[in-house]
Amino acid sequence: MTKLGKIKLAKRHALSTRLWHWINAISVIILFMSGLTISNAHRRLYWGDWGFDSSQAWFVAPMFPGWATIPTRYSLALARDYHIVFALVFGFSLLAFMLIALLNGHFRRDLFARAREWSPAHIWLDIKEHLRLNFEPVEGKYNILQKISYSGVVFVLLPLMVFTGMAMSPGMEAAWPWLSDIFGGRQSARSIHFICAFALLAFLIVHVLLVVLSGPIGQLRDMITGGQRK
Amino acid sequence: MKRRNVLVGALAAFVSACNEVSETSVFRNLVDGAQSWHRGLHRALGFGRITMAPEYKPSEVSPFFRGNGSRDVDTDAYRQAEAEGFANWRLSVSGLVDNELSLSLADIRAMPQRTQITRHDCVEGWSAIGQWTGPQLSQVLDAGGLREGARFVVFRCADTLGGSEYYESVDLDDAYHPQTIIAHELNGEPLPVLNGAPLRMRIERQLGYKHAKYLTGIEVVDSLAPIAGGKGGYWEDRADYQWYAGI
Repeated sequence: MTKLGKIKLAKRHALSTRLWHWINAISVIILFMSGLTISNAHRRLYWGDWGFDSSQAWFVAPMFPGWATIPTRYSLALARDYHIVFALVFGFSLLAFMLIALLNGHFRRDLFARAREWSPAHIWLDIKEHLRLNFEPVEGKYNILQKISYSGVVFVLLPLMVFTGMAMSPGMEAAWPWLSDIFGGRQSARSIHFICAFALLAFLIVHVLLVVLSGPIGQLRDMITGGQRK
Repeated sequence: MKRRNVLVGALAAFVSACNEVSETSVFRNLVDGAQSWHRGLHRALGFGRITMAPEYKPSEVSPFFRGNGSRDVDTDAYRQAEAEGFANWRLSVSGLVDNELSLSLADIRAMPQRTQITRHDCVEGWSAIGQWTGPQLSQVLDAGGLREGARFVVFRCADTLGGSEYYESVDLDDAYHPQTIIAHELNGEPLPVLNGAPLRMRIERQLGYKHAKYLTGIEVVDSLAPIAGGKGGYWEDRADYQWYAGI
């Protein structure tokens, strides 16, 4: 094995993973906060292709306060500017990360759960260990709850954000009309976009909480420098 | 408590940085670049065909078509035109054309018509489905005959918002798109005042603010810079809305 290979293997997080993690974190936060401004522009959500008044709405989002939105003062145009710029950063960095993680084995090695990990007894054990604040996996890099939540975010929530976002764009829809059909219409895509955004917020809160509980200095250092593989 | 203060402080610093970044020319260039990227992707992912906005069945039409922005034109001239059933309304075609035209509603109705049931998406987020009828803009432009240097088509309107005349513009790609029509009917009836009577544009691959209402003129130009605020449309000038509203 070459020296370079050894160093590469010794890292806990690959360079591509670390780069994507932080680019994605910044993009998602900016997209979420500018998204709240866009939600404030029309707070009702609908199912199907169309909808414009309260009789068609299934949900009315609260008015999000200035401290939670980008920009702070209400400007739909500026919020859309941020959304349009970071949608590209978010989408293409996710695509690049997924391709690299597929090729370098990160997905197969670290994220895909083995059959025995799926046994209810194993999952139950992991839940009990989490409650005791022991997050050490029995084997491999991540425990089963981590594998489930990371996979849910990387393979379900983030791609859903990309594709429901694309479905809402009239220029994109003209190119790929099947996209909004998959989600049951443009307003359904908009509703799913909103729901997934808050699912991502929930993930972010739990993720940060668990980092804090599991030694935040070491966790942050490893996600920046790469750390040591145990 | 202390940690929360740090988090709140970090968030506030981040937001104020964002607010400052928005004012810089670097950010404006980034936004312009992103717009071109989106537009390029929308065209590229059509793989060479003319991409078409989805069209719907008559049963899918919304029971009512919401009006937004100007819902009426509060001038004596418009009141009189409305009272006359818009019999004397003229649509001018000017600028970089070989023949300047002044079309009546009868002229417009006499042209070959396209009827399409499409979804209207407002920048705010709502959508409504309606059936629109009118001639394709391409026929009117061909009747005028584009001169060399023509790059944009500007739509002039009778309405004003906050003291400024409403206007919009598209490039020749959208101007010549088969679904770009000058609509004079909504759901089989003459266009209601709420929705832009007697004429409004349909630019089906873009958001609602591009679909100029109360249309009085079509002007072919080589540059948008000398017109009004120079950004190609009322909302673009007033609030920095994206000129390419296909996103």
